[in-house]
Amino acid sequence: MKFGVIVFPGSNCDHDAYHVISKNVGQPVDFIWHRDTDLSPYDAVIIPGGFSYGDYLRAGALARFSPVMNSVKKFADSGRFVLGICNGFQILCEAGLLPGALIRNRDLHFICEHVYVRTETIDSPFTNELTRGNVLRIPIAHAEGNYVCDDATLEELQNEDRIVFRYCDREGNVTPESNPNGARDNIAGICNRGRNVLGLMPHPERACEDLLGSSDGRDIFRSLAATLAAAVV
Amino acid sequence: MKAKVYVNLKSGVLDPQGKAIQHSVELLGFSGISDVRQGKYFEIALDGSVDDSQARESVERIAREVLSNPIIEEYRVEIES
Repeated sequence: MKFGVIVFPGSNCDHDAYHVISKNVGQPVDFIWHRDTDLSPYDAVIIPGGFSYGDYLRAGALARFSPVMNSVKKFADSGRFVLGICNGFQILCEAGLLPGALIRNRDLHFICEHVYVRTETIDSPFTNELTRGNVLRIPIAHAEGNYVCDDATLEELQNEDRIVFRYCDREGNVTPESNPNGARDNIAGICNRGRNVLGLMPHPERACEDLLGSSDGRDIFRSLAATLAAAVV
Repeated sequence: MKAKVYVNLKSGVLDPQGKAIQHSVELLGFSGISDVRQGKYFEIALDGSVDDSQARESVERIAREVLSNPIIEEYRVEIES
C-alpha cells in the first residue's frame, strides 16, 4: 500500500498529511509535485489543504489545470482512493470530481477552530472503521467552506448516502448553531458516486495525536489504510 | 481587440461580501440601496489574428471553463474591436 500527497504551489498542509501517513498510520508515502503525472505507484492520493495558486480567481480554480489533475481524474475513475482536505475539497469540486462548490463563509471570517462533525455514513473507505453517528472533534481553517449545490444535487447526495460528515454540536445534534460557515444542510464532507473520492473541509490530519488536542481524525486514515490492506489481500 | 468578461454570482447564491459592502454604504449615509452584489471583471487583449466571431467563441469558452464556476456564477462577454 502506498500513499501520495500532491503538492501544489501554495499547499501548506502537505507535510501534516505526510507526517500522519508515515508516523501515525505507518505506511509508505511520497510527495507528488503538481507537474508530475505518473500516479501508477500509488493506491491513494491526498490533496492537502493550503492556498494553491494563492486562491487566485476562486479557491481551487487554478489548481485544477495543473498537469497532475488529469492523472487524478483517471486515478479516481480507476477506483483508487482520493482524499481532498480543505483546499483539496475545493479543488475536487472545481475539477468536477465532486458536485457543488465552496463559497465564502456566511459571516465572511476566516475560521480556525475545532468543530464537531457527525459521521453520517460508514459505507465509505474513509469511514468504515467508524460507527454511524460518531462525533469527531476536528479543526477547520478556511474562509471558503460554505458548501453550496442545487436542490437536485442535494437530493442526490442525500438519497445516495453520500453526505459523509455534517457539522454538529458536541452531542451530535445537527443544528444551525453548529454550522460554522453556512454550508448547505450542514455539509462538511461528501463522497462521489463511486465512494472512492472524499472531500471534506475539516482537517483530520491536524487531529491525529492527543498532543494536538484531538486524535479523532486518525480514524479516517485508519479506515483508508484498513480498506487498502483488505484490498491487497 | 479587447474582450471584457463580467462574472457574477447567480441570483440565488448568497453574497456575504456584497451584504457587507451594502452595510458600509448605508453607514456612509446612503439610503435606498436595496442590494449590492460583488462580481469580477476581466479584460482580455487579443492580438488581432482572429475576427470578432472567433474572438467571441474563444472568450466565451474561457469565461465558461476558467473565469466562472457555472455552479455558482454566470458570465457576460463583450467584444470591443
